[in-house]
Amino acid sequence: MQHDSKFTNQKFKLVGTRVMRPDGVDKVTGRARYGADTFAPGQLVGAILRSPHAHAKIRGIDTRRAEKLAGVKAVITSADLPDLTDGDAELYNVLENCMARGKALYDGHAVAAVAASDAETARKALKLIKVDYKVLPHVTDVDEAMKPAAPIVQPRVRSKYRPGKRTNVAGVTTYGHGDVDAGFAKADVIIEKSYKTEQVHQGYIEPHACLASVGPDGQGELWVTTQGQFAFRNRCAALLGMEMSQLKVTSSEIGGGFGGKTHVWAEPVALALSRKANRPVKLVMSREDVFRASGPASSTSIDVKLGATRGGRIVAAHAELRYGGGAFPGIWGEIGAMAAWACYDIENVRSVGYEVVVNRPKVAAYRAPSAPMAGFAVESTVTLMAEKLGIDPVEFRLKNAAREGTRASYGPTYGPIGIVPTLEAVKKHPHMRARLGKNQGRGMACGFWFNFGGQTCADLAIGEDGTVALSVGTVDVGGARASLSLIAAEELGIPYEQVRCNIADTASLGYNDMTDGSRGTFSSGMATIFAARDAIEQLRQRAAKTWGIAVKNVAWKDGKAIAKGKRKSLTLKELAEASSNTGGPISGHNQVVADGAGVSFASHICDVEVDPETGATKVVRYTVVQDAGKAVHPDYVEGQFQGGAAQGIGWALNEEYVYGEDGRLQNPGFLDYRIPVCSDLPFIDTQILEIPNPNHPYGIRGVGETSIVPPLAAIANAVSDAAGVRMTHVPMSPPRILAAIKSSREEQELTR
Amino acid sequence: MRYEAPTSTREAIALMSGAKGDAYLLAGGTDLLVRMRGEFIDPDLVVDIKRLPGIQEIRKTARGFSIGAGVPCAALGRHKPLLRAWPGVVEAAQLIGSDQIQGRCTIAGNLCNASPAADSVPALVAATAKAVIVGPGGRRRLAVEKIITGPGATSLGKGDIVSAIELPNRPPKSGDAYLRFIPRTEMDIAVCSAGVSLTLGPRNVVKQARVALGAVAPTVVLVPKAARAIVGTRLEDDALQRLAAACEAACSPIDDKRGTVEFRTEVAGVLARRAAVIAYERARKKR
Amino acid sequence: MKGIPVSTTVNGDDVEFVCDGRETLLDVLRNHLGLIGAKEGCGTGDCGACSVMLDGQLVCSCLVLGAEAEGREIETVEGMADGEKLHPLQQRFLEHAALQCGICTPGFLIAAKALLDHNSSPSESEIRYALAGNLCRCTGYDKIVRAVRAAAGDVRRQQKARARRKAAAQN
Repeated sequence: MQHDSKFTNQKFKLVGTRVMRPDGVDKVTGRARYGADTFAPGQLVGAILRSPHAHAKIRGIDTRRAEKLAGVKAVITSADLPDLTDGDAELYNVLENCMARGKALYDGHAVAAVAASDAETARKALKLIKVDYKVLPHVTDVDEAMKPAAPIVQPRVRSKYRPGKRTNVAGVTTYGHGDVDAGFAKADVIIEKSYKTEQVHQGYIEPHACLASVGPDGQGELWVTTQGQFAFRNRCAALLGMEMSQLKVTSSEIGGGFGGKTHVWAEPVALALSRKANRPVKLVMSREDVFRASGPASSTSIDVKLGATRGGRIVAAHAELRYGGGAFPGIWGEIGAMAAWACYDIENVRSVGYEVVVNRPKVAAYRAPSAPMAGFAVESTVTLMAEKLGIDPVEFRLKNAAREGTRASYGPTYGPIGIVPTLEAVKKHPHMRARLGKNQGRGMACGFWFNFGGQTCADLAIGEDGTVALSVGTVDVGGARASLSLIAAEELGIPYEQVRCNIADTASLGYNDMTDGSRGTFSSGMATIFAARDAIEQLRQRAAKTWGIAVKNVAWKDGKAIAKGKRKSLTLKELAEASSNTGGPISGHNQVVADGAGVSFASHICDVEVDPETGATKVVRYTVVQDAGKAVHPDYVEGQFQGGAAQGIGWALNEEYVYGEDGRLQNPGFLDYRIPVCSDLPFIDTQILEIPNPNHPYGIRGVGETSIVPPLAAIANAVSDAAGVRMTHVPMSPPRILAAIKSSREEQELTR
Repeated sequence: MRYEAPTSTREAIALMSGAKGDAYLLAGGTDLLVRMRGEFIDPDLVVDIKRLPGIQEIRKTARGFSIGAGVPCAALGRHKPLLRAWPGVVEAAQLIGSDQIQGRCTIAGNLCNASPAADSVPALVAATAKAVIVGPGGRRRLAVEKIITGPGATSLGKGDIVSAIELPNRPPKSGDAYLRFIPRTEMDIAVCSAGVSLTLGPRNVVKQARVALGAVAPTVVLVPKAARAIVGTRLEDDALQRLAAACEAACSPIDDKRGTVEFRTEVAGVLARRAAVIAYERARKKR
Repeated sequence: MKGIPVSTTVNGDDVEFVCDGRETLLDVLRNHLGLIGAKEGCGTGDCGACSVMLDGQLVCSCLVLGAEAEGREIETVEGMADGEKLHPLQQRFLEHAALQCGICTPGFLIAAKALLDHNSSPSESEIRYALAGNLCRCTGYDKIVRAVRAAAGDVRRQQKARARRKAAAQN
């Protein structure tokens, strides 16, 4: 059945209301089961031995003493994960990241693993494994890694950066249009500025955890905290040489992911251990493992050049964006280059992204991956330009903002988009008129994210009592089951409480892409609408059959089949009760490639107070304005806005990976990797705008990611206003701010 | 790993002094269990002192206060006479970690863990606190600054147990204060810190003072020159500047993940200045 | 390995278990007693996801040895509701959408209950500092603070009603 995904501007009864989430009671009573919360009969405890070196050749691994320890049931090294990747370079990277093959590429890289009868035995066994390392020179800084004399992290990397030679630059991509040099020639004012951002981690509170079970019959099960059970199944099956259908992956409740649970890390290892021991193996990462050896975001080094006329029109823009992708090639520089100028309508624009390989863990997505760093550099420079031109920063942005019909710097031409409305809302917002106290300052910034749709399918089964079981394949990371139940109830015309949304395992539903790219509610919402319409079609047929009239004469309204022109109706419940006599169970199904995810824009306002004697920054007021397309469940939309802003605030002020001279991570814990605590933050005010996405029946856009993009620059701009110093290095930690205040004071004294 | 929870001090001393392998005392456990978890230590024996007689009590004595080694820091704030006499010591103790940590951590443990950044120690040093030590050699008292000899190192012998921390009675017109710098508002380890204790004489002139700094040297530093800078003053601006300068001069910190040499040095002076003002106001308001 | 036998009370029930000396109270609750409400987010007392009450004192169960539980009273999130009736904090967390992924929620509920048990009129700042030992990465804490504030109102109303009943009984 063909379905039309065009926006129809229908009036909603349920969508947009603030109902209670269906998984709520389990989560407030401690019953909800996350990755580490399940147990299997005879399960073993898995543990991983990790490299203490940033870069080292592994000359040998002696596992004999560990194998002999009572209670140890399996010990594995890369030899137990043979290369089955068949020329698939990306899959080989995943395999090598799961277990070092001849060389440890970063501090924390897995080198061996054990499965034992209990945690204490597993701990002892790890200590008995002897690895013979030859330590190699390492490089962890993105700029250092690009230098010709830098140690080479991956000998197989080749790119046009140094044709024919070994390099740490795995890729160079360019986006843009127009003639940038001609544009700069026309500019009255040109600003050039360089920026640096440190590596950050998603910081989900739940460490990676799984329970793996593989038998000698080639069948397996994996219970895992993941953003995508199907993608995990495909990856794990490919790495272990299993048939996809023989591996059933069930996604547990997920304790935060933010992109970090889109990749497999320990899961293939757990499966390999289970296969070798022929017992279920539970493997839970420690927090230290999570920091050292899961997938943080890139560190970056970015140069921006911006040219504008005195009248306030940007005439040329150029950015060079260098992203440290960890020990494996990525696409992070490319995404940064695509996102950099997306907020603006610029005639001559160019951005160049570099993929830099360094001796750090393999980078994974983190909420609007790559966009916050590019946004920090661009939005800081845009405010600098406004200041230099003497134009209000909001007005300056409005003069240059992208609109419907603008050709985006990364290629496409925009449809109806929300950046101008968010800026207009900022202009009118009471926050902009709130009084600032001593040592306080205000900043604002805009942000953009692409959003994604992707492969999706949904099943909707109607019980004989007329209630509905909805099965979707996108993991619910923060309230999606409530939104999808609302959508199903809206379509069918039944109460919200009569729908129960279930996240299907890989054996129960067709393939779904992961919950990433802010696609969960957008794409599963679309599949749910179409599955409900599929079910309604059947309901109409059953009613027509009951009444002996043509299907075209049966309408569906308010949860009832209505015979046109006659006063006859049958409720969904009545039709369901009679279904065994009218053709059997009633269910709807849909599979779709959910194209047309509408791009998303936000504008943030931030007030900070800076202690001039210590460099400490306190966020005193924060406002998020963002376009949601249509807010299906406003509470959880606000929650996404607030959560993204809080992560951005942490990134801007305190969060960073600190590597020592030895290439080891110095702060692999929540003590010294400082994510914001409750007392660090004010209430985060939100304003939801709804500019419908023309490519979704309800007008929905993804809302999850954009809110992390503006905070870095919004805070930098506020710090500049409060303390008179322009911070170009994130995080703007107290030592960096105090040093900047001191050097600006010294400069002023010199020029006086 | 063997776990023992003796109910007599003699038994505890015997366990510790007779232990083969690595033996550790367990008070609040907020450092010990973290170090075990991080594989920094692998104890063969852990002796839990929380069931020893009197170890969980705060007692008012003729000399002042005796705080048992098992008293969680949260309890210090609930002890009104202690809070009135030594608000700076109590606020220092209560800055350690979260409410969860407060429910377990102890000032005796904070001292014996011997971290240069321990929050309660600068305030205790400024307050002339003494540790009561029981061990195979009997019972003795030692100034707290004599306990810590370096990062993670103490002067305690095998079998020695710090059973209590003693604080003296307060002369009239006395006040103390403790401030630390952390990047967040809670949960961090001090990047640098300052404890100030002072007593005022006639016309609210500072008669006597002690200034101690944390996280700016291998151990907590007592800075007599900083104290002299404010004795005889009413904390006029120039006196405070001299205090800050003396503190900066006493710093020999390191660059690490928590801060730089320059930052620690400069901010230690700022904190000492601010803490002195608070201590002074507290003393002035007292009878 | 010789286990340590421990008798204790969990949510009012007498409980006995045998644990290894190194095992924490959190390990015991989760792996021996089947109480999975307390979570391990860090294992070092920095995230609060494992918060429980130990003899009426809020603690991180990852920083308590299982053996230390001998003769103590432990309360966990599993004991918070009164039969079918949710605790006001649980109810308000649901109404205010104060959870997204929910992994930190049990710890927040326990910490918030510890606060409201001794202060049923906390200011915003008191709430924020009382919850500073509990990390949440999803919400930015906004809706959590609002939920705790609303639950504080419920607790005050319950206290008043209890006082009225008591006064009426005395008259």
